[in-house]
Amino acid sequence: MNISKNLKYFFILPALLSVAAVAALAVWGLKPGIDLSGGSLMQVTYNGERPLVAQIQALAKPLELGEVRVQPADEASYIIRTKALSNEEHNNLLTVLGGLGSVTEDQFTTVGPIIGQELLQKAWIAIALVVLATILFIAFAFRGVSKPVASWKYGVVAIVTLLHDILLPTGLFAALGYFVGAEVDSLFIVALLTILGISINDTIVIFDRIRENLTRGDASGKNFEHIVDMSIRQTITRSVTTSLTVIIMLVALYFLGPEATKNFSLTLIVGMVAGTYSSIFLASPLLVVWQRWQKN
Amino acid sequence: MFAIRYWSIVILVVAAAVGFFLWTTTGTGGRFDFKLGLDLSGGTQLVYSTDTSKVAPADLPDALVALHQVIERRVNAFGVGEPLVQTEQGGALGTGEYRLVVELPGVTDVNEAVRRIGETPQLEFMLVRAGQENNLVDAEGNAIADSYETTGLTGTYLSKASLQFGNGGTGVQMPVVRVDFNSEGAELFGTITSANVGRLLAIFLDGKLISAPVIQDRITDGTAIISGNFTAEQARETVRNLNLGALPLPIALQSTQTVGASLGEEAVRAGLVAGIVGFIALAVFMILWYRLPGLVAVVSLFIYVLLMLAIFKLIPVVLTAAGLAGFILSIGLAVDANVLIAERLKEELAAGKKAQDAIREGFARAWLAIRDSNIAHIIAAVILFWFATSLIKGFALVFGLGVVVSMLTAITVSRTFMLALGLNEKSKLGRFLMLSGLRNK
Repeated sequence: MNISKNLKYFFILPALLSVAAVAALAVWGLKPGIDLSGGSLMQVTYNGERPLVAQIQALAKPLELGEVRVQPADEASYIIRTKALSNEEHNNLLTVLGGLGSVTEDQFTTVGPIIGQELLQKAWIAIALVVLATILFIAFAFRGVSKPVASWKYGVVAIVTLLHDILLPTGLFAALGYFVGAEVDSLFIVALLTILGISINDTIVIFDRIRENLTRGDASGKNFEHIVDMSIRQTITRSVTTSLTVIIMLVALYFLGPEATKNFSLTLIVGMVAGTYSSIFLASPLLVVWQRWQKN
Repeated sequence: MFAIRYWSIVILVVAAAVGFFLWTTTGTGGRFDFKLGLDLSGGTQLVYSTDTSKVAPADLPDALVALHQVIERRVNAFGVGEPLVQTEQGGALGTGEYRLVVELPGVTDVNEAVRRIGETPQLEFMLVRAGQENNLVDAEGNAIADSYETTGLTGTYLSKASLQFGNGGTGVQMPVVRVDFNSEGAELFGTITSANVGRLLAIFLDGKLISAPVIQDRITDGTAIISGNFTAEQARETVRNLNLGALPLPIALQSTQTVGASLGEEAVRAGLVAGIVGFIALAVFMILWYRLPGLVAVVSLFIYVLLMLAIFKLIPVVLTAAGLAGFILSIGLAVDANVLIAERLKEELAAGKKAQDAIREGFARAWLAIRDSNIAHIIAAVILFWFATSLIKGFALVFGLGVVVSMLTAITVSRTFMLALGLNEKSKLGRFLMLSGLRNK
C-alpha cells in the first residue's frame, strides 16, 4: 500500500459520504426529539386488541391538543406524540385512550419548551467545547514537532477528520428521520460527543507514530510521505482492532440492549466505523496533501 | 519472579473478594445493592421552575434552601424508597432560572405526586364578622365561611414559628404556638389589631379553624400566640409545618417523566443480556487474535467489570439506561490499552528482545499512547457530564470512571499477569502464545 500514490482513491469514499450527509441534512433536516424541542410523549399498551390509529386521533380531536401523532410500537403498544401537555390535558387523553379498551401507560414524558431550547443551546456549546479542547490538546501533544509540518496543522487536520466522523451519523439520522421518523434527542448528542472523544484517539495514535518516526534517527533522508506511509502500516492493525472491540460491544447493545438506547448505539456504531476509516485514510493523507501543496 | 507471582495471586484474591461482595449484596435491597434510576426501576421525575422575581437577590440562597427543604419534607411523606430533590440552575450557561428536580422511584401516578408536592399548608388570619361570634363552626366542626372576612394576613408574612408554653388564661401551662411575622406582616398585623379591638380574630391552618381569640389591644411587635388546646405533639407538628410548610417561592411544573415498572425491568434485562453477550464475543475475539496477551486481557477485563460494579455500589452510582450503555461501551474501550500493549509486545519481540524485557518495554512504550487517548476520553466525559440532564449524567459518570479504572487494570493487572506467566521466547509455544493475528512471525 502506498498512501502518497493512492491519495485520490482514499478521499473518494469520505467525500461522497460527506456530500450525501450534507444533502440529507439540507433536504430532510433533523427531527428533534421532545427533550430538545419540548412536547409530550406517551407510550401505552392495550391489554386486549389495540384500537386503530384513526380511532384514537378522532377521539383526541375534541381535546384540542394540536397535532396528535400516533405511532404503533411492539404488538399492542402505541407511542403518542403531542405538544407539551398540562397535567389535566394528559389526564383527558388517558381517559379517552381508556375508553377504547383496557390500557396501561408504560411511560409519559413531557418537556416544557424552555427546557428543550436550553438543552439545544447547551448541546451546541458542548460540541464547540469538545472541538476546542481537542484542538488545544493536540496542539499541546505535538508542540515539539514543527518540521516538516507545524503542530497546529495536526490539530486542524484532526478537526476536519472529526467533523467527518460526526457528519456521517448526523446525515444518517436525517435520512432515518425522513424514512422511519427517527428523532434526534439528547442521547444522540451524547453519542456525537462520545464519538468525538473516541475517534480522536485513533487519529492521535497515528499522529503519535508519525511524530515518533520523524524524531527517530533513521528518519532523516526519508521524505515525509514515506514516513506517513510507514506510520500507517505500523498502526493499522491496532486502529482496526481497538475500534472493533468497541463495535462488538455496541452491536450487542444495538441488537440485544434496551429500546431506549437503540438509536444511541446505532449512532455510535456509524461514528466509530467512520472514525476508524477517517483516522487511517483521511487524516494522514490530508497531512501529506497539505505538506505537498505548501511545497509547491 | 517470585514477587510478581505473589502479586498476581494477591490480585486474584482481591478480585475474588470483590466478586463475593457483589454476589452477596446484589438483590438484597440493602445499602450496597445497585441503585437503579427511574427509567430502570420505574417512577416519576418532575422538574419545576421557580419564580424568584419577588425575592431580593440577597435572600435568594436562603429561599432556595428553604424551598428545597419544604419539597423534600413533602416528598419524604410519600413513603417511597429514596426520593431525590435537587435544586439546579437552568440556562445554557447555568445562569438562568432556578429549578427543582424531584425524583420519585416507584411512583407512577403523576397526578397524586403533583398534587401532594403542590399542596401548601396555609396559615390564615380572618376577622369574625360582627354578630357571628357564636356562629363559627357548624355541627360537624367545620368553619362556616360566611362568618369570616379576610384580612390579607397569611403565612407568607411568617418569619418563623416556635413552640412555647403559656397559660392560656387557665393557670395551667399549655403548649402554644408562637408566630413571628416579618416586618411587613408585623405592620399589617398592627393595622388589623388596632382597627378591630374587641373583635374575634380567627386563626386557620389548612382551612381548619384553630382558635379565635379576642383582640385585646393593638399588637405592634409582630408576634401572635396561637393557643388551641394543643397537645405538645400537635404543637410541635404545627410549628414544623408552619416553618417548613409554606413554599417560600412559587413553583411551576415544567416537565415530567414517568416510566412504568415493567418497561424498566425489561430495559434492565436487555441491558444485562447485551452486556454478557458482548463480553463473551469480545473475549472470544481477543483470545483468538491475541492468544495469551488476549487471555490476560480478558482476565483483566473481567476484573475491570468486577471493580466497576463494586464502585457503582460503593459511591453509589445511580444506574440508568444511558449509564448501562456507557458501561457496555466502556468494556469495549477498556481493552484498548491491552491491544496497544500486545501490539507493542509483538514489535519488541521482533526486535529480538527477551520475553520479560519485551513485556516490560511493551508496557512502558505503550503508556504514552494510552495516557493521551485517555486524556481525550476524560475531556469528553467532563463536558458530557456538564451537558447532560440527570438521567443521562449517568453515562458521562460511568464513562469517565471506566476510563480511569480501565487504565489502572490494563497497566497494573495485565502487566503483572503477563510477567508472572514466565514466558520463554525461545520455545516454540512461548512465541506462538505471545504473537497475534493469523501469521506466526
